[in-house]
Amino acid sequence: MISSDPKQVKAICFDRIHLENQTSLAVAKKNGAYKFLPTVLKDFDNERIMDEVKKSGLRGRGGAGFPTGLKWSFVPRLTGKPTYLLCNADEGEPGTFKDRDIMRFDPHLLIEGMLMSGFALGVKDAYIYIRGEFLHEANVLDAAIEEAYAANLLGENILGTDFSMDLTVHRGAGAYICGEETALIESLEGRPGRPRFKPPFPAVEGFYRCPTVVNNVETLATIPAILEFGGDWHAAIGVPNNTGMKIFSVSGHVNKPGNYEVPMGTSLKTLIEEYCGGLQHGTVPKVIIPGGSSTPWLLAEHYDTPLTYDAMMKAGSMLGSGAIIVMDETADVIALTRRLTHFYAHESCGQCSPCREGTGWLERVMIRVENGQGCEEDLTVLYDVATHMAGRTICALADGAAAPILSLLKHFPDEVRARLMEKAA
Amino acid sequence: MSLQNEIHFTSERLQEIDVLVKKYPGKRSALLPVLHMAQEDFGYLSMAAQQLVADTLNLRLMVVREVVTFYTMFREKPCGTYLLEVCTNAGCMLNGANELLAHMTESLGIEVGETTSDGMFTVTEVECAGACGGAPVVQINNEYHEKVDATYMDAFITRVSGGQS
Repeated sequence: MISSDPKQVKAICFDRIHLENQTSLAVAKKNGAYKFLPTVLKDFDNERIMDEVKKSGLRGRGGAGFPTGLKWSFVPRLTGKPTYLLCNADEGEPGTFKDRDIMRFDPHLLIEGMLMSGFALGVKDAYIYIRGEFLHEANVLDAAIEEAYAANLLGENILGTDFSMDLTVHRGAGAYICGEETALIESLEGRPGRPRFKPPFPAVEGFYRCPTVVNNVETLATIPAILEFGGDWHAAIGVPNNTGMKIFSVSGHVNKPGNYEVPMGTSLKTLIEEYCGGLQHGTVPKVIIPGGSSTPWLLAEHYDTPLTYDAMMKAGSMLGSGAIIVMDETADVIALTRRLTHFYAHESCGQCSPCREGTGWLERVMIRVENGQGCEEDLTVLYDVATHMAGRTICALADGAAAPILSLLKHFPDEVRARLMEKAA
Repeated sequence: MSLQNEIHFTSERLQEIDVLVKKYPGKRSALLPVLHMAQEDFGYLSMAAQQLVADTLNLRLMVVREVVTFYTMFREKPCGTYLLEVCTNAGCMLNGANELLAHMTESLGIEVGETTSDGMFTVTEVECAGACGGAPVVQINNEYHEKVDATYMDAFITRVSGGQS
């Protein structure tokens, strides 16, 4: 049960996640799912929901941290076109694995969140775009949706009200770029996932050129609690401007990797030492990537940084999706960087030259650096390519590809030079 | 001009596709799901299968090919009975994925991307599977196996090989 006292809240999205058979509608309902939905559909209107979500301070949990209420407010009214709600369940950022747990263990929470959000936005058709590899999770969602239809929680005149909404699960097919919201829309339209030039933003022209809201799984799963307990309640959790709980996916060199939902503002050190059982070797991390592989690296000196959007930015990185990759003293940061350059080269959609060519160059140079066939000039090439691709493309993939290279060169130039010397000798 | 098709969707599949298409504002949105169906039905997306999908959704073959070649999960070649996809991205790499992959290819006597001569196993390397808490992750025919080590894979390979011979 989620506490109505913000100081006592232990979890929001993961509140029911460990309960058995939570995927079945009967069990989920017994545990509180859809309890507040009738009140929302009957007593709330669009303005009140918008207002509560704005007051809650909820920021998008997919990575960008953009205020959800503000994003919703960009949707134009009375355009004569349908408004679509798309759930971004592409979860592809290396290090992120939180949405998977919501979907496979508590699918009704996501459905309820989408119903309430869809009601607020006047949506008739909603879709969950889930990465193709999550076949099991897609099947769990499909089964939950089928049960929800049978119980009149989806479809026509939901629970006897005027509100009708359809919900469809749509599987991607293995493309990291489809987590970018306009690439996701392209993919949902049956095309290769190539990001669109913006503006227009999806809120105005998205799915089939109609107003479209794209929200992350965790964001949508937070909506039911915000409406039940109020925006002020949510705003009292965490710290100002970084409110609520947040799921952190911790992987790498920790003893207990996994997903942990903690109040925003908890420190990195607390999360790693108290929740994740500390590092596998030693006591001080060598590198922490705080928000997924596309975010700049932090070092041991940043161990006490609070997990907030603002503090992470101040420390020179980003909170991203909350995907924390931890490396202890045994980590080969050169090999890791080379591996990430391969990832970005593989996943570049290819439409912008700086990214298509740049990611390939970064990988080729990193391969020779790792194998000791590099030279001092390679460091300059890496730096030049990384700085010239970031910010010069339609989407942020190029910036993500540049991040590990620039972090490696900034924090470990001696290690890179030593590798060059060692192999040359 | 369409290629000569020797494969067909079953009537149940065609009904399923009819229902699916109605869920979207445009027919083309059904392309990825229908390609998944074709791959499931025919094992891989041969040119004939791609032509079939194009005809079914009334799209040009080129449109279908553009999508098939863009997305990693769509395969234009057959693979083994067991497709073993090893994630070697950050979280898995830090927890022994490269060593695991090397062990698998060595014990099966193939390179990454190849299929064993008996057609049983294909080993590939994939990008982040989104399950880093269970690193290293191996997908076996679309099913996630987490915290996999050499012993686990050896036991799996022995078990399914024994069942086949």
